[in-house]
Amino acid sequence: MSENIVVLVGANAEVLDASTAELLTLAGQLGRPVAVVAGEATEALVAELGRHGAAEVHLVSCPQLSDSLVLAKAALLADRAVDAHAKVILVASGLEGNEVAGLVAAKLSAGLITDAVTARFEAAELVADKVVWAGKYTVTAKVLTEMAVLTVKPNSCVPVIAEVEAEVRQARFDFEPGAPAARVVSAEPTAATKRPKLVEANVVVSGGRGTDGDFAPVEALADALGGAVGGSRAAVDAGYVPQTLQVGQTGKSVSPDLYVALGISGAIQHIAGMRTARRILAVNSDPEAPIHRLADLSVVGDLKTIVPAVVARLG
Amino acid sequence: MRIIALVKYVPDSGDEVGFEPDLSLGRVGPSSRLSELDEYAVEQALRLRTELAGATLTVLSVGPAEAESALRKALQMGADDAVLVTDEAIAGSDVFGTATVLSAAIRSLEGGLVVAGMSSTDAGLGVVPALLADSLSWPLLSQAAAVSVEAGLAKIARVDETGSRVVEAALPAVVSVTDQSGEPRYPSFKDVLAAKKKSVATLTLADLGVDASAAGAGSARVEVLAVSRNADRAAGRVIVDVDGSSVDEIIDFLAAATK
Ligand SMILES: Cc1cc2nc3c(=O)[nH]c(=O)nc-3n(C[C@H](O)[C@H](O)[C@H](O)COP(=O)(O)OP(=O)(O)OC[C@H]3O[C@@H](n4cnc5c(N)ncnc54)[C@H](O)[C@@H]3O)c2cc1C
Ligand SMILES: Nc1ncnc2c1ncn2[C@@H]1O[C@H](COP(=O)(O)O)[C@@H](O)[C@H]1O
Repeated sequence: MSENIVVLVGANAEVLDASTAELLTLAGQLGRPVAVVAGEATEALVAELGRHGAAEVHLVSCPQLSDSLVLAKAALLADRAVDAHAKVILVASGLEGNEVAGLVAAKLSAGLITDAVTARFEAAELVADKVVWAGKYTVTAKVLTEMAVLTVKPNSCVPVIAEVEAEVRQARFDFEPGAPAARVVSAEPTAATKRPKLVEANVVVSGGRGTDGDFAPVEALADALGGAVGGSRAAVDAGYVPQTLQVGQTGKSVSPDLYVALGISGAIQHIAGMRTARRILAVNSDPEAPIHRLADLSVVGDLKTIVPAVVARLG
Repeated sequence: MRIIALVKYVPDSGDEVGFEPDLSLGRVGPSSRLSELDEYAVEQALRLRTELAGATLTVLSVGPAEAESALRKALQMGADDAVLVTDEAIAGSDVFGTATVLSAAIRSLEGGLVVAGMSSTDAGLGVVPALLADSLSWPLLSQAAAVSVEAGLAKIARVDETGSRVVEAALPAVVSVTDQSGEPRYPSFKDVLAAKKKSVATLTLADLGVDASAAGAGSARVEVLAVSRNADRAAGRVIVDVDGSSVDEIIDFLAAATK
């Protein structure tokens, strides 16, 4: 009999996001995918979850969800995992994802592996790989407990379509914190853009301090390639791009097919977030910049003239 | 009130790291140090100490004896005193073991506000603060880009994949801060001298009343099976652009890469 694998459906998901589609694909490889939606879901979302292999979809309303930082979501997910007798719980990596996963693991006395890139069963034990130390090493780890909680890095697998008529279950979860809890006073969802999400994009074009604050060439190239815009921390600190678009150790970790670094030196903390890109193009006027040792094609030159010329040609 | 800043001793991110016999990442590297991300925690804790009348700042680390140097750095930055929990039995702990030891230490030190970093730069899970809040039964105010405390109420601004939120909780609470929270200060020569007179207390699991089986490799819920070095990216082609001479090649590269 195949084990139930619980997948937490991405936050604010009105349509299925790529990370959730990937989690469902991984869940399908491990067992029987059970999707858990914390909050409301559109019919379209439920259909999409089925189309990506969810055998069951749990729609769980929780009145305390929006007031709670991560605790209510973690408690809700743990409750569903117990209900489904889940063997594995999958959550997308991220600031919130890792915290939710950690709290679920604490509640269920389960082993936790964060930022996994692959997972499989070996003799009924869950084994996962993760990449550590700025991408230099791959660590293979085994979960020793009955249940396993994993966060999975976006862009770790290619989502497959597995048409399933999902069995929909409605549930209600009342979060009663047993101890004083933090309260959300105000919330503002991330502003929607027409560009793909940074962590999910196949193409990412990032700008650094070398843009001198003019991100127009970065954005124009991203749009010409249908990609997302990113930035180095220097670009974020200087206010050229919002922190939500920072790539690197303390920003987002991306694994696109193509990463373009414009006016970025290639500090170790930046590389930590983009080293796993399939192809890298860099434009940097300093021939000594470390990014030149990493990129597949490195151009020593001025981004301010080269990038507009490239965009014009892509036209 | 006692503020406790949590600091981890880690290899410098520029170091080549080694792995212990149990395949955990070696903490004692050629230039191991106070985790850069925990410098932000110390900075915010120092700031909050001046805002909270009568508050003191203790820095706390769980780690090998060498971790004292990380605590020394935090003392130079201005912390009042330091506590290192070190014990053979802690080696090989996973996050749950580490959180068990940290929360016992926080209880025994009677902390009223914990300030941690957003993630450790070596393991980089970003979960210890959440686990601590859970085991202390304190509110969690994590991943703060900004933090303030007023009249016993802590308030943070947080930006994550769901958007931005303002969150508040009454003290005691666990706060973790990001590298957006404000640049850490550099100790002056005077600070360095002053830190020499400050004490670093050492505690063992027995001192904290933590059973040795609750921490260390034996308690870990995950076992590392293998570690492999990833191939370095093959050196690519470097071309020097003269008046747009690189454009053709860039176009070809983009076409191939996005195919
Ligand atoms: C704890 C910690 C966490 C960090 N986390 C991150 C992180 O998540 N992400 C991150 O990016 N950084 C991070 N950093 C910062 C990192 O160390 C670097 O400081 C940062 O990446 C530098 O950004 P940059 O490459 O844009 O700027 P710089 O290093 O200043 O490089 C700018 C480059 O632009 C080039 N240039 C200038 N003008 C032009 C031009 N006209 N055309 C072409 N090239 C030009 C220059 O030659 C130079 O190489 C972190 C640091 C610490 C301590
Ligand atoms: N061994 C430790 N000693 C002290 N603080 C720690 C330790 N491990 C983690 N922390 C704190 O918890 C934060 C998050 O760590 P992590 O969950 O390991 O990424 C760090 O930035 C530290 O502030």
